[in-house]
Amino acid sequence: MLKTNRRLLRYLGAVAFVLSLVLLGACGDAAIVAPDHPQSTFDASGPVARSQLALFYWIFGAAAFVFVTVVSVLLFIVFRFRRRPGDADPPQIHGNRRLEIGWTILPVVVLAVVAFPTVTTIFDNANSPEPGALTIDVVGHQWWWEFRYPHPDDANDVLVTANEMHIPVGEVVNINLESKDVIHSFWIPKLAGKVDMVPNNPNTMWIEADKPDVYLGQCAEFCGNVHALMRFRVVAESRADFDRWLGAEAEPADVPVEPLAVEGRAIFEGDGECWACHTVEGSSKARGTKGPNLTHVTRRSHIGAGIRENNQPNLRAWLTDPNSVKPGNVMFTDAAVYNDPQKSLKESDISALVAYLRSLD
Amino acid sequence: MTTLAIPLPSRPVHPSGVWGWLTTVDHKRIGILYGVTAFIMFMTGGLEALYMRAQLSVPNNDLVSPDVFNQLFTMHGTTMIFLAIMPMGAAFFNYLIPLQIGARDVAFPRLNAFSYWTFLAGAIMLTSSWFLGGAPNAGWFGYSPLTGEAYNPGHGIDFWILSLQILGIASLAAAFNFIVTIVNMRAPGMSLMRMPLFTWMTLITSFLLILAFPVITVALIELMFDRFFGTNFFVPGAGASPVLWQHLFWIFGHPEVYILILPAMGIISEVVPTFTRKPIFGYPVMVLSGVIIGFMGWMVWSHHMFTVGLGPVANSVFAITTMAIAVPTGVKIFNWMGTMWKGSIDLRTPMLFAIGFIFMFIIGGLSGVMHSSAASDAQQQDTYFVVAHIHYVLFGGSIMALASGIYYWFPKMTGRMMNEGLGKLNFWLVFIGMNMTFFPMHFLGLDGMPRRIYTYDPEMGWNTWNALSSTGAAFLALGVLVFAVNLVRSARNGEEAGADPWDGRTLEWSIPSPPPEYNFAQIPTVHDRDPFWAQKREGVRAVPVAGGSGGDDEHSIHLPQPSYWPLLSSVGLLIGAYGLMYATSSLVALSVAVIGVSITMVSIYAWSFEPVNEPDGASEH
Repeated sequence: MLKTNRRLLRYLGAVAFVLSLVLLGACGDAAIVAPDHPQSTFDASGPVARSQLALFYWIFGAAAFVFVTVVSVLLFIVFRFRRRPGDADPPQIHGNRRLEIGWTILPVVVLAVVAFPTVTTIFDNANSPEPGALTIDVVGHQWWWEFRYPHPDDANDVLVTANEMHIPVGEVVNINLESKDVIHSFWIPKLAGKVDMVPNNPNTMWIEADKPDVYLGQCAEFCGNVHALMRFRVVAESRADFDRWLGAEAEPADVPVEPLAVEGRAIFEGDGECWACHTVEGSSKARGTKGPNLTHVTRRSHIGAGIRENNQPNLRAWLTDPNSVKPGNVMFTDAAVYNDPQKSLKESDISALVAYLRSLD
Repeated sequence: MTTLAIPLPSRPVHPSGVWGWLTTVDHKRIGILYGVTAFIMFMTGGLEALYMRAQLSVPNNDLVSPDVFNQLFTMHGTTMIFLAIMPMGAAFFNYLIPLQIGARDVAFPRLNAFSYWTFLAGAIMLTSSWFLGGAPNAGWFGYSPLTGEAYNPGHGIDFWILSLQILGIASLAAAFNFIVTIVNMRAPGMSLMRMPLFTWMTLITSFLLILAFPVITVALIELMFDRFFGTNFFVPGAGASPVLWQHLFWIFGHPEVYILILPAMGIISEVVPTFTRKPIFGYPVMVLSGVIIGFMGWMVWSHHMFTVGLGPVANSVFAITTMAIAVPTGVKIFNWMGTMWKGSIDLRTPMLFAIGFIFMFIIGGLSGVMHSSAASDAQQQDTYFVVAHIHYVLFGGSIMALASGIYYWFPKMTGRMMNEGLGKLNFWLVFIGMNMTFFPMHFLGLDGMPRRIYTYDPEMGWNTWNALSSTGAAFLALGVLVFAVNLVRSARNGEEAGADPWDGRTLEWSIPSPPPEYNFAQIPTVHDRDPFWAQKREGVRAVPVAGGSGGDDEHSIHLPQPSYWPLLSSVGLLIGAYGLMYATSSLVALSVAVIGVSITMVSIYAWSFEPVNEPDGASEH
């Protein structure tokens, strides 16, 4: 009698242990996988992310149920059937057909519960509900993002910006994904699961943001050296704000007036050879497309694909030694000013370039 | 064989010491070589992992540069899969299969030696990349076009390609060998449905190997041609689709996952019955589920590609096939539990590891089912959630089972027991360390942390879990260290084991520990699924008495003699591969490549004309 009670206690203890683990996990969910974290998938802020989160909860529920059941039985067995000194051989049971058929069918039922919503969600999210809505082309580059909008004034023209995507809140936005070099993956955890950007294999996706906010995104497919530093921001704003932003982006760059900035432009479009890779709308020289379009760079909150705040000291640090800010970046490896000691930028050149970039509002 | 163009040195007879190991064709010695090499590579891969965990323990860390970090995770994955888990499985195949089926060696002993030496050549080749200009850095599944010349001009990827090709040769040779051995060399009476489950899983794994490796071989040849000779299989600029590589890689890669886990399941299916003193519950179902897993492993590869853009139809189909594979896997878990039910469970170290395996494989299996839901997986793909999943399956699964197998069969291999106290310490350190390291990664993934990033900002909210994970890694490392100490100590002065320390059920426990070179003095006749147990408990005379002299027979047993040629042909492959790597840019390297390949060719030629035994050594064992 005493023995049975002790076994029972042990078993209950084990079950309590498992349950507390699960509970701990659940609390952990709330406290640590916190929705206020900038890339938490638990703070779904759009229909795509929300459907994926709902599916996740559903499957997690099924998995947690299976886990608790099976592990409870496992622990019960381990505690209940431990060998004691002097135990005789247990009965040599070779199997039980009925039981085995039972536990083959049971998982099938559980899996059907998971499979049905999976398939419906896959199809729901596959095609944009509004194919005619605003469409943004996103191009992945090692290690930055190019965003191409339809030009507000000219349907045949595109408007190019980088690393900071603006979208109107509460509207479906269609996205075309492509890559010019290696595979990247476009991921804004709070708005939608990722879709890969594969060279020669264009993909599409759609997103919609519920509320105005700045959503963080990051490349999710390993894409070489500083994959970790390929980040971006999505600014979801009211339609009016969005239209204003788009209109302003469509303007050519301001012509600098401050003498230092004027000098900076001369370097940019001259010996600095920045023009070879960067476009500044309004300039006839700066038409390069290898690097980010810098027409309105000062309006962006961050530089280097979302890694440093866009301010004077950071711009200076970036231009002085880009490799220490973003190791192995293409500007550092390819630009003559960083490779050819004859052409390297002087302290004064950098000041001028910073002033010019700050004027690109 | 009348005349030979080249004079051959005679076959070695009874070499001793190092020379004995270099020329051995004894499956047991080869098994030990595989095991020791795999353990060393496991420590190497572990060291790489520790570097990564140290780098990620705090945000914005600069312990290693991004390029070194990329090399670390590429090498960690490649090393653990191809140089640690697979060869550790091969160690068990080698040591145990002949013992379990009542044979004196494998079907092709020299080919077996060749498999090992070629595996070692691949391991040396891959690892040497660290010291020869940088290790591969494109991830263990080497997605094109990142592996192309344009984005990866160094030799790292070349090392990766050539060493995987060499390892492929080793695996294919071994797989054919084990299929032939298992099919042809079973003791009389051991029908297929009387075979131990470990042998069954080895058979299935071997079939997976011979079907899966040709696919990766073709993919690697194409990539090699791109890099060496300027072809365009994977060059997007010339119109290639990088998705082709992904299909080829994962058609190999997913069966590969089962190549890593089926032997583990086989080990658990041996350990659980022994330590519960019950036969395996539902033997036919265990066999069948293994076969089904092996078969269905070919239908799920695109679940690695749910975000590639294959479309909703493909994603749905692969989601459902992936879920379906959970059924035979679940059945195995339930049958192990059925075996333990009403058993007499002895919680010695091998059993602890086996239960730990079941527990963590349940978690890994369930997170696998979560991944199978393609729509929800769009959030988890390429995040730390996947990293958590693979480590629950491959560490919590494969490695825990292999550890269980080492504790279980170590007495058979060395004649000595492993220390039980250190074993329990080892288990708990690894168990706690493993869960502390990998469980938080689930949270990190759901919190938006992509895998393969060398750094992160403090504002992302990932600090706590990363710090905890890195702390867990230290426990894990300590656990592995205890394991290593236990292995070395026990091999030297562990307690004497005797032939049958665990009250075993299968044939290997019926012969002395360590087994004599000829294994069985008399080949046993098998009447039962658990032949040795049946003999001990029911008096069914299946096998000669343990430690029995076999007296008069002993010296007339025919055993293959050692040979130099397997080693030499593998050395030739290694030299050839190093030469080939630089052959397109250097004439010297080209000639080195030619010399290497010639050594292999001559060795194979000489090997095939080698007399079975030297005349004067013909009747020796």
